[in-house]
Amino acid sequence: MFHRESGVLKTTYEADMALYPLPIARWTVAAVAVLFFGVIPLALDQYYLSLANLVWIAVIGALGLNILVGYTGQVSIGHGAFMSVGAYTAANLAIRLGSPWPVNLLAGGLMAALVGAVVGMPSVRIKGLYLAIATLAGQLIIEWTINHVTFISGGVQASIDVPRPRLGSFVLSSQRQMYFFLLVFVVLAIVGTLNLVRSRVGRAFIAIRDQDIAAEIIGIDIFRYKLLAFAISSFYAGVTGVLYTYYLGIANYEQFQIGVSIDYLAMIIIGGLGSVLGSIFGAAFVTLLPIAIRYAMEAFGGLFFAPQTVLNLIPNLRLMMFGALIIFFLIVEPEGLNRLWRNIRNYFRIWPFAY
Amino acid sequence: MRQLLAIVTALIVAGSLTAPEPSHAQSKGEIVIGMQCDRTGPTQIVGTVLCPGFHDYIALINSKGGVEGHKIKAPEIDNEYKVPPAVESYERHKKEGAVTISVYGTPQIYALAAKLNEDRIPGTSPGFGSAAAADGVRYPYIFPIAATYWSQGAAAVDFVKKQLGGSLKGKKIAYIFYDNPAGREPIEVLEDLSAREGFQLKTFAVPPPGVEMGAQVLDIAQRFRPDFVIAHLFGGAPAVSIKEFKSKGYPLKKVISLVWGSAEVNIDAAGGFGVAEGYYTMQFAGVGHDYPVLNEIREMYKKEGKPAPKEMASSVYYNRGVLVAAVHIEAIRNALKAKPDGKITGMDTKAGFEKINNFTLGGLVPPLKITSTDHEGGGLVQIWQVKGGKFEKVTDWFSAYPDVVAKHIKEAAAK
Repeated sequence: MFHRESGVLKTTYEADMALYPLPIARWTVAAVAVLFFGVIPLALDQYYLSLANLVWIAVIGALGLNILVGYTGQVSIGHGAFMSVGAYTAANLAIRLGSPWPVNLLAGGLMAALVGAVVGMPSVRIKGLYLAIATLAGQLIIEWTINHVTFISGGVQASIDVPRPRLGSFVLSSQRQMYFFLLVFVVLAIVGTLNLVRSRVGRAFIAIRDQDIAAEIIGIDIFRYKLLAFAISSFYAGVTGVLYTYYLGIANYEQFQIGVSIDYLAMIIIGGLGSVLGSIFGAAFVTLLPIAIRYAMEAFGGLFFAPQTVLNLIPNLRLMMFGALIIFFLIVEPEGLNRLWRNIRNYFRIWPFAY
Repeated sequence: MRQLLAIVTALIVAGSLTAPEPSHAQSKGEIVIGMQCDRTGPTQIVGTVLCPGFHDYIALINSKGGVEGHKIKAPEIDNEYKVPPAVESYERHKKEGAVTISVYGTPQIYALAAKLNEDRIPGTSPGFGSAAAADGVRYPYIFPIAATYWSQGAAAVDFVKKQLGGSLKGKKIAYIFYDNPAGREPIEVLEDLSAREGFQLKTFAVPPPGVEMGAQVLDIAQRFRPDFVIAHLFGGAPAVSIKEFKSKGYPLKKVISLVWGSAEVNIDAAGGFGVAEGYYTMQFAGVGHDYPVLNEIREMYKKEGKPAPKEMASSVYYNRGVLVAAVHIEAIRNALKAKPDGKITGMDTKAGFEKINNFTLGGLVPPLKITSTDHEGGGLVQIWQVKGGKFEKVTDWFSAYPDVVAKHIKEAAAK
């Protein structure tokens, strides 16, 4: 956010460690919280909230993937599958044991963390493209398993209906109720990531990313921390899968295929690797841009083409523009939307007295 | 800076408060059908032809003054065969006041099932989706409106039985399928029928994306040597299967394809009608150009001084688009008849769907009979064969083994 600082006048460790050291930053956070918890859900139509909900689900998944790719420097093309692990764990628990959603959510996350750590094991020996292929194999193996093992998938249709989440006797089903439900987890995920990356663990992740041999020399247990990164990242993915399942009311394996893994990678690359705000920007960008392009096409496409042609043109042009805009943004700012935002911020910090 | 922030916040608040209220589409007497489509995803060969058929029928109805005096609007949203866009599309259609949704794609109908129920808006899944949704009690707001994969499997076995002289005892049938939930769905029905009719069933899975099946076809043609093959493939896979059967020397007149491998585009991609001579296809809508409704559409275009759309040439998917639109229109017509004031909701349209009885549209649609318990409408199909450069009708509308299909629907509902 916009804030200016002058001098380092901290006299206590608490002040030094505060997440938001300046009052203006705290106020900004408070204002954003009021906006998202109060203004938006009460002022907007259910339709816009449904868009927000899709963004929230994507934000949690993108944050998790960014911990792994952006902060620890390990590539994963298996996050779609980790989400399905969480989703099916939760769905099976909900159907077979009738356990409440908080238990399922945690179990789904933990199961995904376990599977993620196993799939991440090759990361100890291989890096970069080699690791990408190893995680791709993980994705395919998990997809195949869920597709074929009816004990997990609940039948040949590979889909399990789950009941709506409840708070006491209150059932959460409308988009507005889901908005609040999901937003709570978005906040937890953001605060969790912000704190993780400035902790001992987070610094170890960053050290591994920057130079893993050097990290090992200064005493970081590479094996442990790489697997930990995979586990934490997959935990986020598992939670995303569970939330998605509860949002839709069904776990279906076709919702978590390889395309999803690629979409999430696109989100964090567009948003900015190794940044929390970037994950949020990226998730919102990838989710909302196609919708925005369609609205623009619906509004202006009729000026140039016949209605039948517009119908055929919208989806195709949308794909092309989506691709073109991604390329455009990455040329303008290779470090992603987060860097773009920081550039804007830095410009206005000294505006209009730029030197 | 704080002031700036306050101003920005105030602007956003003001903007959101003055945002336009959800429009009431029905105030002008317009009825909205939400329409999802896939023109760019993995099933685009279907969507690019089916959706124009849908729109043309709506345009035809509107050119004749609409339904009971109400114009129909069918805003289309492309979901790319992905789930998040389908959810967004559904919410937008709901906001626009849609009284029924034409959903597109199996994962999409699964993902929207709970929402459709809660919002009481009927959604259709013609020829795809869960076969269990035929049970109108278990899934009150989902309407398959065409033969489900279970009915298709049963009909295929019945057809094979007739082709092989009325008995399947000791015969061998191969089932080659796309290895995803939709592809596996008919297996349980086929297994039941195998036990009942005494034929040997062997399944051959083709892994996605379904463009490599040389080993499976070789296995069928050279080792298993079945008396008949039932194929259930999607997208580009049917064309590959035709080529492979041809090159491995298995006669295509012993192959029957379920409904998504049975269109002109599949045949063309395999090398044309000459290559696929003898190939049997299953259809849930009439094939060809000789139906009164298609003549009316051509007339409509002629009156506007335009040539008939090129999509019409691909009659299998185009006619299915007309069928899907027509069944929705019929449901709305029934709903409007029950409520002449025109203020119909999803619940009225649901009742409208359940009143559809013997609606045939001059032979393009099977004589559907949808009831509050049977949302499939009878599971009727026709078999057409590739013969002499075109599709030739082999059987009229029929369904088979209703007791077996009903048993599976009942079991699924109990789950």
